[in-house]
Amino acid sequence: MTLFGIRIPMMTSLIFWALVWEIVGRMDVIFLIPPMTSVIAAGIGLVQTGSWQSATVITLRSFALGMAMAIAVGVPLGVAMGRVKVVDNIFGLWVNMFVSAPLSALVPILMILFGLGETTVFVTVFLFAVWIIVLDARAGVMQVPPSLIEMGRCYGASRFTIFTKIILLSALPEILAGIRIGLIRGVKGVVIGQILVSVIGYGELFELYSRSFDMERFWALTIILFAAAMLLSAAVEHFEKRIEYYAGAR
Amino acid sequence: MATPMQARAADPAGTARSDAIVEVRDICKRYGDLEALRGINLDFERGKLTTLLGPSGCGKTTLLKIIAGLVPATSGQIRINGRVVTGPGPERAFVFQDFALMPWATVLRNVGFGLELKGVPQAERHRIARHYIGEVGLSGFEEKYPHELSGGMRQRVGIARAFSVNADVLLLDEPFSAVDEQNRRKFQEDLLRLVDKERKTFLFVTHSIEEAVYVSDRIVLLSPRPGRVSQIIEPAIDRTAAPDVIRRDKGYLDVVEEIWQGLRQYAE
Repeated sequence: MTLFGIRIPMMTSLIFWALVWEIVGRMDVIFLIPPMTSVIAAGIGLVQTGSWQSATVITLRSFALGMAMAIAVGVPLGVAMGRVKVVDNIFGLWVNMFVSAPLSALVPILMILFGLGETTVFVTVFLFAVWIIVLDARAGVMQVPPSLIEMGRCYGASRFTIFTKIILLSALPEILAGIRIGLIRGVKGVVIGQILVSVIGYGELFELYSRSFDMERFWALTIILFAAAMLLSAAVEHFEKRIEYYAGAR
Repeated sequence: MATPMQARAADPAGTARSDAIVEVRDICKRYGDLEALRGINLDFERGKLTTLLGPSGCGKTTLLKIIAGLVPATSGQIRINGRVVTGPGPERAFVFQDFALMPWATVLRNVGFGLELKGVPQAERHRIARHYIGEVGLSGFEEKYPHELSGGMRQRVGIARAFSVNADVLLLDEPFSAVDEQNRRKFQEDLLRLVDKERKTFLFVTHSIEEAVYVSDRIVLLSPRPGRVSQIIEPAIDRTAAPDVIRRDKGYLDVVEEIWQGLRQYAE
């Protein structure tokens, strides 16, 4: 990035805001914002505690399970919707409704259904992530160029071969984009689910820190979550780039 | 479709006749209320390059796709080597207007894809693919991906793929329409060389009069809405002459003019 002709290193904005935070924190304006340095110190202390580690294990477990389910259900459903009109008619309305619905509102109902535990969080992650995965897989399958399918028919491919060798590969960039956005939504799902359930994982910790005004740890946990979500997204994006060589060429 | 559906022609006289490799009999095609083709009867001779020429909307691509077995006809018959066909088959190969290359596969894999689908072992199909990649002038690009190639080069890949499967009939649907003018001329010259060398039957769809006259043994003019055969012209141009000589040849120019006179009534 350049500003007024001067090249600015990438992390500048991050460092700038960290500095602003530090100064505001030192000025002791509001107890909600402790200095950045003490937040970082609290973070380093936090990751060594048993409560953080077990909360992380619980969080990762519900996240991984929810995402695995969302991908396992979302991709096949999206592909089926893209290929089969009947399936699209049956599910299209619901998927479009849920993809934009405020799903947080459903979590209390999930709590009644699945209890105050990991199951609710797992279902929340699934519900947050699955719809966009369905929609993107559907879009990917629907925009396979018709001539590519004709090409397959012309050169003697069976329907199954056309499906596996042409349609799925052709839709792969969109499917992966859906999974990436699904992962980000899944992170929201796991946090919102845990906060609403508030007796397990990070939700319990957030509840504890905010109720005892332990702002250093509260912010440290928030930053850890933000960083984790960004890293996850960057990892998938990196993987996407490797296959993007053809995505842009269609 | 896994296997091409073929049946003996009901009429044995049809199989015995002449050296027409592709026979089009009373083909009609309707899309709902729209009549795209009406009563098309044509014979395509073995080893010749025949062009379907006409204004847009005359159904020339539809006719080619019906011959390819990609689009079903509303009525009528297509016979290839005397056999009635209702689907795609190994004796026909198609070259697509938009190339229809798999963007995730290299040139080598794209060219060999027809063979891959037939279950030809990898070593063998790579050998054949490399041969035709060389024939279309793309040696050295085997490991490139389609998006790394220009439009003209991509279509060369499409043509190499069609040659690789060793079909009797090559169906080319406006293969040069997405290629720029300079490359197009070079491409036409290369195509003529390949036509001469490979001794296959070519069915060529274009809307360029010059292109049609330059490459064709026979030109079928179609009239629009509904598509019918309006005129058949055999340019009879001496193709042993240099390309630049041909393009200035009086006979060549006369044929271009004749076709233009036939088509101008359809121009808006």
